[in-house]
Amino acid sequence: MTSFRKPKIQRKNEPLNDLGLARVDYEGAMSTLCAGCGHDSVTACLTKAFFELSIDPAKAVKVSGIGCSSKTTNYFLNDAHGANTVHGRMPSVATGAIAANSNLIYLGLSGDGDSLSIGLGQMAHAMRRNVNMLYMLENNGVYGLTKGQFSASADLGSLPKKGAPNEYPAIDPVALALSVGATFIGRSFSGDRKQLVPLIKAGLKHKGFALIDVISPCVSFNDHKGSTKSYAHTYEYYHQAVHADYVPPTDEIKASYDEGDVMPIELHDGGIIQLRKLDQNYDPRDRAAAFQKVMDSKATQEIVTGLLYIDETQPDMHEIQKMEDRPLNEIPYSELNPGAEKLKALQGAFR
Amino acid sequence: MKPTDTSDPDYFHKVVDCQWACPAHTPVPAYIRLIAQGRYSEAYLLNRESNVFPGILGRVCDRPCEPACRRTRVDEEPVAICRLKRVAADHRGDITDQLPKKPENTNGKRIALIGAGPASFTVANDLAPMGYECTIFEKLDKPGGLMRSNIPAFRLPEDVLMEELDYILNMGVDLKLGSPVASMQALLKEDWDAVFVGTGAPKGKDLEIPGRQDAANIHIGIDWLESVAFEHTKAIGKQVLIIGVGNTAMDCCRTSLRLGASSVKVMARKPREFFKASDWELEDAEEENVEIIVNHSPKAFVHENGKLTGMVFEQIEYDLNLAGAITGQRVTADVMIPCDDVILAIGQENAFPWIEEDAGIEFDKWDVPVIDKVTFESTKRGVFFGGDAAFGPENIIWAVEHGHQAAISIHNHCEGRVLTERTPDEMALKSAKMGMMEWRYSNAYDDAPRRKMRHVELVERFKKLDTEVELGFSAEQIATEVERCLNCDVHTVFEAPLCTECDACIDVCPVECLAITPVAENEDALRGALSASENGNGQSLYVSSELPLSGRVMIKDENICLHCGLCAERCPTAAWDMQEGILQIHYADDQAGSPKA
Ligand SMILES: Cc1cc2nc3c(=O)[nH]c(=O)nc-3n(C[C@H](O)[C@H](O)[C@H](O)COP(=O)(O)OP(=O)(O)OC[C@H]3O[C@@H](n4cnc5c(N)ncnc54)[C@H](O)[C@@H]3O)c2cc1C
Ligand SMILES: Cc1ncc(C[n+]2csc(CCOP(=O)(O)OP(=O)(O)O)c2C)c(N)n1
Ligand code: SF4
Ligand code: SF4
Ligand code: SF4
Ligand SMILES: [Mg+2]
Repeated sequence: MTSFRKPKIQRKNEPLNDLGLARVDYEGAMSTLCAGCGHDSVTACLTKAFFELSIDPAKAVKVSGIGCSSKTTNYFLNDAHGANTVHGRMPSVATGAIAANSNLIYLGLSGDGDSLSIGLGQMAHAMRRNVNMLYMLENNGVYGLTKGQFSASADLGSLPKKGAPNEYPAIDPVALALSVGATFIGRSFSGDRKQLVPLIKAGLKHKGFALIDVISPCVSFNDHKGSTKSYAHTYEYYHQAVHADYVPPTDEIKASYDEGDVMPIELHDGGIIQLRKLDQNYDPRDRAAAFQKVMDSKATQEIVTGLLYIDETQPDMHEIQKMEDRPLNEIPYSELNPGAEKLKALQGAFR
Repeated sequence: MKPTDTSDPDYFHKVVDCQWACPAHTPVPAYIRLIAQGRYSEAYLLNRESNVFPGILGRVCDRPCEPACRRTRVDEEPVAICRLKRVAADHRGDITDQLPKKPENTNGKRIALIGAGPASFTVANDLAPMGYECTIFEKLDKPGGLMRSNIPAFRLPEDVLMEELDYILNMGVDLKLGSPVASMQALLKEDWDAVFVGTGAPKGKDLEIPGRQDAANIHIGIDWLESVAFEHTKAIGKQVLIIGVGNTAMDCCRTSLRLGASSVKVMARKPREFFKASDWELEDAEEENVEIIVNHSPKAFVHENGKLTGMVFEQIEYDLNLAGAITGQRVTADVMIPCDDVILAIGQENAFPWIEEDAGIEFDKWDVPVIDKVTFESTKRGVFFGGDAAFGPENIIWAVEHGHQAAISIHNHCEGRVLTERTPDEMALKSAKMGMMEWRYSNAYDDAPRRKMRHVELVERFKKLDTEVELGFSAEQIATEVERCLNCDVHTVFEAPLCTECDACIDVCPVECLAITPVAENEDALRGALSASENGNGQSLYVSSELPLSGRVMIKDENICLHCGLCAERCPTAAWDMQEGILQIHYADDQAGSPKA
């Protein structure tokens, strides 16, 4: 028989994670994206990060909008919760879900069209509220699913496969996130799993809104000469500024790096993000500096990557709103709905 | 590290673990695909090219291919390669007109082959159709060597054996039965262009311990099996002890049960993990209620009034280290075990009482002839050895391979060429892609467990000495077992200049055997980039040339690849392709520069 489903195979000496689960337990349905699509690599990196962090798949929630990128929720973590929502509306659905149950791990999956074109307002407000989730923006500069129209992240002057060059300036999600209050902002490339996997792990462990803008080339509609989101262009202008590694609370931190080289940032769970600065003078805790760096890179066309900004001190939406820690479905009905008498009394108090 | 040179025919050959492990390099996955398509005759003929005796070997081959099978890296048991070979033989049509034929004219060169075992028969198979006049001299009254005289008919029926020997005899080979060669000197004086010695390792080892000389009921295993095969021995006592736990012991114990023994014990000196017998032979014996007793070392035979009554054994306790090697041992007790007969199955040796010291053939200090490992020539020009006679007891498939190699040498010798001038193997690759999501082989991984051979009921099989125990595979078993083969001969072939480093292949690979990584000095550094490098089974690490975009390299661990083709299917630029590798082995009739008969 010929078949193109990836078989679930465990090699004989394959390691299991702390939950006793194997790599295949984190996989999903076979991808139906074009062969070579960057999104599949992001999926693989997510699979690996969840496996390595030993996150129970049933404790994870995948939320997405519409697009090739948004379809990828189906291709990993089969046992997780999930919702493919409406185009551009994933951030609101995620915000609502987190309000109802803050004990799960939230992962938003979106594209540049879904987030920056139709969904720009939604995304901006989720960042402003510092909603506790990891938001993956799989950025290919086009609407892949609808056959390659330019999206809001397409660079000015970038050439389409056929037709006229793009005439509008690009919205840079990193610059946007810096300006509206996201507390963990990274950029990466689907072709660099060494950088992306640890960055995803750190983003999942960060408390608050974590954005990772992943350059994820569309092989079918935006991988040609003249495109600024192609594999070739990305490899050429790729620049690593900061490398982030997540170190769990239990692991002893290796003191092998020189002071100054490595910057440890303590997280709420007691774990640590170790930042290895490849650009010596760059401080990813300085929002203004980060903004400067991103703006400067525009001139050189450099694609600056890594964990570009982090602030662990800000309260997230849950804390700001003093929300209930227990999931709503675990609260007894009588407590959720104390009855008409209690309501009357409450209303009376406001008179 | 330098990029891998995949143009070396051995590179992809080695990836096909079973074929590489087979002494005769039988193209296993290729014949399994033919079986899957119901093309049994073609599967048989393809087998026959390399291993000459598919019907025989499909039953009793030592099957070195199976422990090597790639499947064992993800599944409990290997593909039933040997059983499928029998399927090809069982279901083949009449293939006689497709066999090599007796030539119209001979070339006038006369070859003497001594011993009618698989080694001599293979030489004849290769040379007779080319026009050589082959004469086989056999001591016994029946041909086949140990396949006839020692391998019991309940494992290898006589008609299966004879049919495949007849194919070769019909090529115009002269078989002289009951014709022992008594003197090498005399033979060499006759007018032969070359002599091949395929006389096997005919001497069973004896056990010189107290009481050995005093009784009639102590037998040498291989002699006893021969006398059973030729119906000189028709019965044995009720209680039988077999000394030794190799494959000969397994045939002795099972034969005893068929000659009237009711209790058979196989006595082993060491623990089970040190047994020489193959797992399946042990299983088959135990299924017949043979008792295998470990840690008993023979000490003496016991007699009463000139009749054997039992044997005394030293019971031994072993110390094993973590690696499982014996580091110490001590005797804990002496035990007497009663018996009526004892069969000694503790090994075989070469013996050439008929080769005179001054025949010009050199023997080493262990009385083993000095034979060239490539040409199989002895120290006397024109005299070749093969099979068990060459390097001591092996098995049928080695005898066949020796036969092929000796045939090339004999041909070179008769043509007056240097013996070592041998045409090397070649590897031809052809793409298996038929279209989008369509390959010329069954790429899907089927997780079915190995099919179990059906056996004749216990009561039934003991009624006659020659009732074949194994029934062959049913249609369902065939259909399932062929799908277990991973098609390791459909190779992953990489074209570095085409790769855009999109990682699709890496992501889809179900066993994580690919990576793209910066160039490194040595293999260990490269392997570090793989999430799953197992570095085992002697398989290589493939290293590509530098990739166009980043200058990094693609690496692949050949050890764990399942040949599922998903990398090639998902690659947008066809940088990976699946290509069927066809190994061309050149036999005697296909040597460069030699006139074809
Ligand atoms: C009990 C037993 C079971 C075995 N089971 C298996 C098995 O299941 N699978 C497997 O692969 N292998 C098995 N083997 C091993 C296998 O049979 C041999 O390795 C193989 O037959 C060797 O082939 P050969 O051509 O070298 O010699 P042989 O098969 O030994 O043939 C040599 C022939 O030469 C004849 N001969 C000897 N001297 C002279 C002379 N001077 N003149 C004329 N003729 C002579 C002998 O009579 C004999 O017929 C078994 C061996 C034994 C003993
Ligand atoms: C409300 C609405 N408007 C338009 C569409 C059509 N549509 C589907 S996907 C898509 C763009 C997706 O682009 P992106 O988020 O970048 O995903 P990609 O396919 O590139 O990964 C559009 C415009 C839609 N499904 N719904
Ligand atoms: S159209 Fe583009 S984005 Fe969509 S699957 Fe194909 S390559 Fe990926
Ligand atoms: S054929 Fe390709 S995808 Fe399949 S196991 Fe081998 S390398 Fe991996
Ligand atoms: S899928 Fe093809 S193009 Fe992509 S990395 Fe693999 S070999 Fe290269
Ligand atoms: Mg897009």
